[in-house]
Parts: sequence; structure tokens; C-alpha cells
Amino acid sequence: MANLKPIPERQFDLAHDSLRQLNLYLHKTAVGDGIKQIHVRNPDGAHSIAVGLDAPLDVHVHGHVGYYAAGMNSHASVTIHGNAGPGVGENMMSGRVHVKGFASTAAGASAHGGLLVIDGDASLRCGISLKGADIVVGGSVGSFSAFMAQAGRMVVCGDAEDALGDSLYEAVIYVRGKVRSLGADARFEPMTDTDRATVKRLLVEAGRDEDPSAFKRIASAKSLYHWHADANQEY
Amino acid sequence: MCGIVGLLVKKPALRAHLGALMVPMLTGMTERGPDSAGLAVYTAPVADTEHKISLYSGELAVDWSDLLARVAESFPEHHEITIQGNHAILTTEADPDRVAAWLKHAAPTVAVLSIGQSIDLYKDVGAPADIARRYEFNTLRGSHLVGHTRMATESAVTPAHAHPFTAGRDFCLVHNGSLSNPHLVRKRLEPLGIKFETDNDTEAACRFLEWRLREGDDLRKAVERGFSELDGFFTFLMGTENELLIVRDAFACKPAVIAETDDYVAIASEFRSLAHLPEIGHASLFEPKPEEIYSWRI
Repeated sequence: MANLKPIPERQFDLAHDSLRQLNLYLHKTAVGDGIKQIHVRNPDGAHSIAVGLDAPLDVHVHGHVGYYAAGMNSHASVTIHGNAGPGVGENMMSGRVHVKGFASTAAGASAHGGLLVIDGDASLRCGISLKGADIVVGGSVGSFSAFMAQAGRMVVCGDAEDALGDSLYEAVIYVRGKVRSLGADARFEPMTDTDRATVKRLLVEAGRDEDPSAFKRIASAKSLYHWHADANQEY
Repeated sequence: MCGIVGLLVKKPALRAHLGALMVPMLTGMTERGPDSAGLAVYTAPVADTEHKISLYSGELAVDWSDLLARVAESFPEHHEITIQGNHAILTTEADPDRVAAWLKHAAPTVAVLSIGQSIDLYKDVGAPADIARRYEFNTLRGSHLVGHTRMATESAVTPAHAHPFTAGRDFCLVHNGSLSNPHLVRKRLEPLGIKFETDNDTEAACRFLEWRLREGDDLRKAVERGFSELDGFFTFLMGTENELLIVRDAFACKPAVIAETDDYVAIASEFRSLAHLPEIGHASLFEPKPEEIYSWRI
């Protein structure tokens, strides 16, 4: 007779357990214990929850988190059933970070790989200096999002505020709603079939069903790639 | 870095619990501001003929009863004093500006923290939890309050440099951030006869806004004017006798989160200062957008 085994899981309650206990467990013990799923209760806005993970764990945080949640993530899937403070998923290398509520400033800053999903709005500077990760935002993004983004994709189902994609490098942004203003050197470009397929795939991965053909593509005009001595600091 | 907290209770029955609701909010901001803390609390106003003056004696003990007697010798009007350690609230029927000017000479070690008909002000150096205990913040009653925990970055750690800053009547302001043109603002205001007490950047913002209020702007208009006059990073939280207002600079560099229910509106730099509040799970939670003014009236 087959043994019906539940997914091995472990519970933490930050009302009693310390943040350091939790993060040490996620770093050092969970894999050896054969634990796959970890639930964290009462995060109450604590900083640095589930940072620096380096194993294919499935972490669920039930509540709102403070600064830098799931930063530097590799391999793990971290789901925040609440809102996130500044810098959620910053410098992610791989894996998945999913915020069910809204995210504060600098979500996914400098992320190299993996997928960051924000169901609600993301505040200013979402995806700043993005280096290869993908970001899907269900709501809108604040000003200066994707500032100096170097690689990766950002899909915004709502609107974007001012200076979107300022000084973009090779990252590409897709926005469904209104863009209040583009940043220096960012421009709208025609959507190709490849773009639509990319948006479709990212939306599906994020669990969303918007129509990919409703998105606009924003990429770098590359006029800042070379120094113009005569530009007189006007771009 | 600094921490800010604000709380306005919407139902009169909750006014007795204002302080108790706030203390965990203030101590929740200790890591953002361990140097000093301060609080302005707005109570039911005193009689039309009276004003309250919040006084602070620092480390030098003051015989408050003796001070009251000396005030009475110099001003024939009626006065009362409520003592809370090295803080005291002098309620007077005399012109409060004249009393404040008299105090400068007659009791030079006593600082005037605020003047108004609703505002009481406390500030001191030390950990927020110690300060809250020292002045029994959990017993405070009132309709709304403005609090601050400070991590000094641009001027000294002294009670005078601690927030909230006040100017005029019943106006106070706390600040998370730093201004880049406080000296320019000060240079503009001083020829108008506006006097400064510290070199703190926040004081410049406080005096600028209070000047605009006296010139006839409402608080919203004054803040809008501030967008072009005050340069730098800020989340400003301010209070008047009947209003609580928060605004962030165009870059929203300094955090803030707001929780609103039918009973209260609570504001803090971070959610961890709001996590303990009753019914927080059902509160509407949002971050104030840059250069958007949010205000609530009692």
C-alpha cells in the first residue's frame, strides 16, 4: 500500500521565534531535514525575512514584511501573502518571489535572474538597475521604474508614472496602461510576435490572463551608449 | 534615518486610549531612531481665554511650584501648572508670548516647547521606550498626535534638536529625511522677524510652513508652496489643533505607510509600528504617493 505522505513542512511564528532562527533554519537546516515547505506567521513588518536562500524551498510568509524580504534569493520560491516593504527580491539570482499585495520602493532592484511577481502596485524605482530578472506587476509602477535597467524584462499590467526606463540599457519594458512620461533615452517601439510571446509566457508564469497584444514595448534608443561631447549635458 | 508616527482617533470614546495605542508605535520605531524621541499630543482645547505652554527643564531640576508663584507675581491673570517630571504644562490666561518672553529671562534653564490651546509637547534624548515610560505616554488622552524617533545625521543630539518642532500656535512638524537648503530658507525668513532656536534643517521647514499659515494659507496650500521652496528629502508629518497631514517629497525616498479603519488613521515609517493596532487586519493599508497631500480632520 502506498504511503500517502504530506509535503514535509515546518512552521515558524515570528511572534515567538526570532528572525535569526528562521533565516538560519532556511540557510542551514531545512534541506538536510528534508523540509520542502516553510510557513512563516506574524511577520509584522520585520526586515530581511527569508533573505539569501540558496535551495529549492517553498516559503510562504503570511502577513506584511519589511525591508529586503527574499533579497538575494536563489532557487527558492518565496510567497508573501501580504504587502512588502522596500527592496523586496532585491538582487535575486534565480527562483521566484511573489508578493500578493503591494510592494514599496525599489522592488527587484538589481535582480540578476528569476521571476518577481507583484499582484498589486509597485512603488517608485521598481526594477532599478535590473540585471536579468523578470518582473511582472499586476498593478501600476511608480516613477523612475527600470532606471538604468541592464537586462531582463518588466511587464506592467497597469500604468507607469514619470521617467519610466530612464537611461535604459538592454532591458525591455512592456506596459499595458498609460505611461505618464518616459525617461531619457527610453522610447516606444513596435511590438513583434516575439514580444507578444514573451509577454504571454511571463503573464502565464505570473498566473495572469491579460491580453499580450494590449501591451506597448519600451526599450532603449541607445543614444546614451556613446558620449556626445556636444550634448551640453542636455539629454 | 528617523522614525515618524501619527495617530488620529475618529471616535471620541477612543480619545482616552490615544497614548496606549501609540506607545507600541513609537517604540516600534526605535531602530530607526534610538537617539531621542518626542511627541505632540492634541487634547481637548482649553478655554478661549487660556493657552497652554509646554515647558522642559532638561537635567537641571526646576521647582515648578516656585516657578508658578513667580509667574503669578509677574502676571496678574490666572495660571495653573501640571507637572510631569522635567516637563510641565503651564495653563495661563495671560498672553502666552509675553509669558514665554518673560521665562527666557526669569527662568533661562526652562525651554518653551510649544504654545497653543490643544498641543502638549514632550521631547527628550534617550531610547523611545525609556522616554515613553518617563512621561507615562500610555496615559495620554487626546484626539491626535505626532511622534518622532530620531537618529541624528545633520546636527547635535540634544532635546532642542529632537522633534517635533513647533512654531506659532498649535502647529508642529516632524521630519524623516534631510533638507539641502535650510540656510537659504532661514535667510529668507529672518528678515521678516522670524526667530530660529536651532540650526536644525527641520526647524526651517517648520517655521516656513507656520509663516505661510499666518500669511493666510491653509495647511494644504502652505505645503504646496513648500514643494518649490523646500529642497531635499522629506516625509513630513504635521499637526494642527484639528488636522493631521502627511506628505512625501517627489522622490519618495523616505518611507511611510498609512492604516485607516472606521476608528483611526495611523501613520508610521514602517508597517512594524502598525502591526499591533486593533483591527489592523481589516485596515485599509497604503503608502502615500510622492507630492500628494493626505490629511485628516478630527
